[in-house]
Amino acid sequence: MLKKISTIPFSGTSEQEQMLKEVIKKHIDDPGAIMPVLQEAQEIYGYLPYEVQVMVAEGLNKPLEEIYGVATFYSQFSLTPKGKYDISVCLGTACYVKGAGQIIDKITQIIGISADECTSDGKFSLNACRCIGACGLAPVMTINDDVYGRLEPSQIPEILAKYKD
Amino acid sequence: MENMVNIKINNMPLSVPQGATILEAARKAGIQIPTLCYLKDINQIGACRMCVVEVKGARSLVASCVYPVNEGMEVFTNTAKVIKSRKTTLELILSNHDKNCLSCLRNNKCELQKMCADLGIEDSHRFEGENPKFEKETSTLHLVRDNNKCILCRRCVAACDEQHVGVIGTNNRGFDTDIGCAFEKKLADVACVSCGQCTAVCPTAALTERDESHTVFEALSDPTKTVIVHTAPSIRATLGECFDMPIGTNVKGKMVAALRRLGFAKVFDTDFGADLTIMEEATEFIGRVQNGGVLPMITSCSPGWIKFCEHYYPDLIPNLSSCKSPQQMTGAIIKSYYAEKEGIDPKNIVAVSVMPCTAKKFEVKRDNQSGTDGIPDIDIAITTRELARMIKNAQIDFVNLPDEDFDPALGVSTGAAAIFGATGGVMEAALRTAADTLTGQDLKDIDYKEVRGTDNIKKAKYNIAGLEVKVAVTSGLKNAAKLLDEIRAGKADYQFVEIMCCPGGCVNGGGQPIQPASTKNFNDLKSLRAKALYDEDEAQTFRKSHQSPLIKKIYDEYLEKPGSHKAHKLLHTTYIARSKY
Repeated sequence: MLKKISTIPFSGTSEQEQMLKEVIKKHIDDPGAIMPVLQEAQEIYGYLPYEVQVMVAEGLNKPLEEIYGVATFYSQFSLTPKGKYDISVCLGTACYVKGAGQIIDKITQIIGISADECTSDGKFSLNACRCIGACGLAPVMTINDDVYGRLEPSQIPEILAKYKD
Repeated sequence: MENMVNIKINNMPLSVPQGATILEAARKAGIQIPTLCYLKDINQIGACRMCVVEVKGARSLVASCVYPVNEGMEVFTNTAKVIKSRKTTLELILSNHDKNCLSCLRNNKCELQKMCADLGIEDSHRFEGENPKFEKETSTLHLVRDNNKCILCRRCVAACDEQHVGVIGTNNRGFDTDIGCAFEKKLADVACVSCGQCTAVCPTAALTERDESHTVFEALSDPTKTVIVHTAPSIRATLGECFDMPIGTNVKGKMVAALRRLGFAKVFDTDFGADLTIMEEATEFIGRVQNGGVLPMITSCSPGWIKFCEHYYPDLIPNLSSCKSPQQMTGAIIKSYYAEKEGIDPKNIVAVSVMPCTAKKFEVKRDNQSGTDGIPDIDIAITTRELARMIKNAQIDFVNLPDEDFDPALGVSTGAAAIFGATGGVMEAALRTAADTLTGQDLKDIDYKEVRGTDNIKKAKYNIAGLEVKVAVTSGLKNAAKLLDEIRAGKADYQFVEIMCCPGGCVNGGGQPIQPASTKNFNDLKSLRAKALYDEDEAQTFRKSHQSPLIKKIYDEYLEKPGSHKAHKLLHTTYIARSKY
């Protein structure tokens, strides 16, 4: 799937930058340093925006395009930030046949973002995940650590309303 | 003595060097295994799967381009299994390839098309289905990318990395995979240097020069315009390849004849501009040495190199010679000296240059490339490939044309200018003039062989009139970067450095005729083409720029002396720092 690129302004701190520099220093002489550095960079920032990838490119002395190529190849990397409330809708087989597509459409309709995006206020992010092992509850979604099962689209507004600010 | 191993290819015994790939070994047996992604030394990734062969004992077919031979190996290159695999691969590649071959710029010159013909594809629509659709990328002045024709061989990516630029790469995954820039930026918005090496390695028409041949035809049809053309030193050494002539054939005479038949009012020689460049550049160099100017001075003829310096080494901009390139100098003289002499309003002149280079299209539109009242020195820069296209469009029988001479008004030049098209040529030409100037003699020993050839970085020390001059010459931006890092770190004490953007210099420029990988991988294009230029140098009466009668005349009648106020206005330029991201 094509990776979505965040348009939300970057708000990294100098502490985060310092941490990233340490990570780069640790890996700079490793062959294939891009992968571990990107993994740790994502742990630090939660995602891999342009500014972070430029820092990695400069730090490892690699072309930015090479960094971006790796970041867009692996599904583990995200180019959009996670919101305060991260919604994951399972699109595994069981959930899918039980109507998970309609669930995700309903969420999109309410909060105005598609999968792999984050609302501009940073409150919600939405992503489609594969099986989370709760097929008996299909269709399933999680919001941070809360699990919601046997969902109907009509329940969605009420559930989202619980997450204020 | 190389260690040899004994193998069998299609049951034929063969002795081949250890470490050779099956692909190389098969070639020795007269079998050209088909390849699409393989480019010797720079793209050896075994990705396209066209080169698969059967190896006895191996579990599956192996990619011969990366598979080394070993003692006793038995290889089969055309079993039913191999043939079926290759055809299926090709049909899968075709399944999402834009197959409008008849209107394609690479029609008849496409490696994919040729392979379909050679391998005997039976059904080019066998695997129909959903296809990704891409917008054409037309953001730059020098090239057009059409990913609907891309087969994801990654040769362009390898070429860009080899140039130490690396602004294009493989993005996304699976069905969505495409070649593009970081964060899906336009090529014009990243630090691409316009060298066009990607266009010279693309097997299809996914990457092509921005074709401006129709603009030239339009100008030629406009009765109010005087359309003047001039051709770079290396064009004569390569143009013949577009007409199936052997690599390294000098076709100067036929090229001039073809340009006249296309309807150009005058056919001039950029070699004249190269001589002029040497006059200005050698003078600038001597001035910098004698007056404590910034050293090393670095040559400025190669616009891809200039853009690279501006993006990646902006701190070294003061080291660049302020001389315009021969293309621009020739244009500036056409629109000033020549226009005045002939009584033509320069506004009504269309100056067309034929260049080995896509970056020349960018250079034409740079700031400070207009010697006369805001009129651009050059209006249209076309590549060797575009000229060949024009000659074919006009149905000119190139191979059977008579040899004709350049128009003498700006068509007289020296051997020093001829070698501009090869790495080391600019340095050698400049040294010939600088040495005569400093010694006040007509020196006989003028072959600076240390700076010739295709070694990555060539270094030499010369004693000229008691002055020790240390020089370095390199081509290809990866090599340039190494040399520049040395200079930046203060580890080098050269006074004069020549850098050409493309590996081997202009003879291997991004706008030169495209040779298929099957030719490129096994022939040294750079040396074969360069030889034509060194032969031309040897055959010239005048081999030093300052001895050109035309150069003497122009300084006497118009420019006064090298480095004069007028020369500066017409023939020198400025540079700007650009961002890397």
